[in-house]
Amino acid sequence: MRKMLLAALSRVLQGPAAAGRTAARVMVASRNYGDFASEATFEIKPCDLHRLEKGPGTTAVMTREEGLQYYKTMQTIRRMELKSDQLYKQKIIRGFCHLYDGQEACCVGIEAAINPTDHVITAYRAHGFTFTRGVSVREILAELTGRKGGCAKGKGGSMHMYTKNFYGGNGIVGAQVPLGAGVALACKYFGKNEICVALYGDGAANQGQIFETYNMAALWKLPCIFVCENNRYGMGTSVERAAASTDYYKRGYFIPGLRVDGMDILCVREAVKFAADYCRAGNGPLVMELQTYRYHGHSMSDPGISYRTREEIQEVRSKSDPITLLKDRMVNNNLASVEELKEIDVAVRKEIEEAAQFATTDPEPPLEELGHHIYFNEPPFEVRGPNQWIKYKSVS
Amino acid sequence: VTVRDALNQALDEELERDERVFLLGEEVAQYDGAYKISRGLWKKYGDKRVIDTPISEMGFAGIAVGAAMAGLRPVCEFMTFNFSMQAIDQVINSAAKTCYMSAGSIAVPIVFRGPNGASAGVAAQHSQCFAAWYGHCPGLKVVSPWSSEDAKGLLKASIRDDNPVVMLESELLYGVPFEMSEQAQSKDFVIPIGKAKVERPGTHVTLVAHSRPVGHCIEAAAVLSKEGVECEVINLRTIRPMDIETVEASVVKTNHLVTVEGGWPQFGVGAEICARIMEGPAFNYLDAPAVRVTGADVPMPYAKILEDNSIPQVKDIVFAVKKALNI
Repeated sequence: MRKMLLAALSRVLQGPAAAGRTAARVMVASRNYGDFASEATFEIKPCDLHRLEKGPGTTAVMTREEGLQYYKTMQTIRRMELKSDQLYKQKIIRGFCHLYDGQEACCVGIEAAINPTDHVITAYRAHGFTFTRGVSVREILAELTGRKGGCAKGKGGSMHMYTKNFYGGNGIVGAQVPLGAGVALACKYFGKNEICVALYGDGAANQGQIFETYNMAALWKLPCIFVCENNRYGMGTSVERAAASTDYYKRGYFIPGLRVDGMDILCVREAVKFAADYCRAGNGPLVMELQTYRYHGHSMSDPGISYRTREEIQEVRSKSDPITLLKDRMVNNNLASVEELKEIDVAVRKEIEEAAQFATTDPEPPLEELGHHIYFNEPPFEVRGPNQWIKYKSVS
Repeated sequence: VTVRDALNQALDEELERDERVFLLGEEVAQYDGAYKISRGLWKKYGDKRVIDTPISEMGFAGIAVGAAMAGLRPVCEFMTFNFSMQAIDQVINSAAKTCYMSAGSIAVPIVFRGPNGASAGVAAQHSQCFAAWYGHCPGLKVVSPWSSEDAKGLLKASIRDDNPVVMLESELLYGVPFEMSEQAQSKDFVIPIGKAKVERPGTHVTLVAHSRPVGHCIEAAAVLSKEGVECEVINLRTIRPMDIETVEASVVKTNHLVTVEGGWPQFGVGAEICARIMEGPAFNYLDAPAVRVTGADVPMPYAKILEDNSIPQVKDIVFAVKKALNI
């Protein structure tokens, strides 16, 4: 009863008024955790469906623990990306750096809906997924700064980070989609009821190899969820200028599809749960479009305002920020207090600072290792350097 | 045993030996293979292990690479390597480079195989040799068998290798029978990748070739032998990593070098051999500049007289040897 009252309250209390009332409610100095609800039910937007009779439900239950974990994870990614921005401007990060801030609900929502034994592959905007799949902020930042403590020992950089059941981090637009279907083929082959989530952007959605992959995945009923993170722009080209049809969830044609609010972590989670169940049941692939937004430009060399207005960016920030949405939900439904979330913010900032400290002080990989890892499981051999007298040893 | 049957045996044995090995490509299953290399395998192993793909090279090559990353051991057939150009991004950027980019945490144990280079009357778009293109890239292994033993041993070694291997076969060799030793009949017969073989010992000149031209070199050696010139014929077997040491040791002995290949001259396998010989100890033993015999520097024509003169013939090799020896 109390839960439903609170849920009803949350629908009524929207916007700044809620913050004021929330602040008033927590004027009591110390708050017992027993005062919080253990969970709450939320209404979520229904998904647009393609070739599906039923989609994910329109309510989602979130426990306090889940909410705190989602919040902390999204905030960590947010601050990690902002720190990367800083480090890039200081020229400590070089080359390509494609930031994910704004899109946090996608990677965190996906991870919340799948198992660690499932598989994920994405393109180059990969730092968020690298984190949710289990790599520490330390190792991510150190990889960005090209140090030996990086998750790829400084060999890969921003676009080539990997971990167990996470296949990167791929630089060639669209190439990761067939790879993901191949991982799904292995899942089916091994018969352990695992699935693969293969992500791509609205720009990549026009790649021919994706359509080849749709065909084979459907033909062979591969347990693959194709997820299009539609952030409205492929580099500087808006979706209207790139695609004859911007209904990316329908592009799989004979493959059923869902269009999901990618700024709402619960929407994402419920949709991916639905899709994962579908795939695990042996029905074959699904296409999912997550409508999301990136605050940064395409990469650090793109200010991101020549093809979209500052007003648009600001509007998304104020009305649809995924972290703010989650925070409001939690506070308005008595799942957490503002102070508690602030404490998490402080802890996250500290973690990021420490990780950045490591990433800027850890040494670069030793030059002697330049030739390492050309092959796997191979006896050592010699690799030629810039001339015939410079030789590097290659060890697997 | 023909090269075709040797390859078939290798596939059969490796499919049986390791459950993670599977074959995919156009027409490999129910058609028994476009060139019948996979004859009988679908019947024996079924849909899970032998998979017919639609005509989607980029897609199925990517799927094969992804499957390899996730722990399977795919053999991905390109009906000819000409079609691999559609998928070359997956071969190079997804397969070859991943072990390095991931600092050794992701292995890609895949074999890309199929016929390469000239055939008979198939014209320009179906006759290109890709040895130089694939041989260029670190992270790949590239093998090019000539005999049935080569084919069987190298295919088995490639499948057992934990790295991406490109195996360049020759359609014109598929039907050619070769002697197979007792040893080669064994189920564990593998030929080490990265080791060349001296097919015919000689003293006056070193002939280095890969794939079908090895046979032409042996024929040329027979012709030259009658004139008192003894050629040492080296079958490279592997393009990358190239066994230059075997070539060097031979040049130190014979003082003369002729390279023979089916591909185009510019930036070819022969060019690489010459450059490496120059850089190494064998240079001081050369009594004359190295000579290259290659495919003609033209897209492959159709008419027989034109095609015949666009690939290295025995007479071209004999002529080159005589030039090198100044006789």
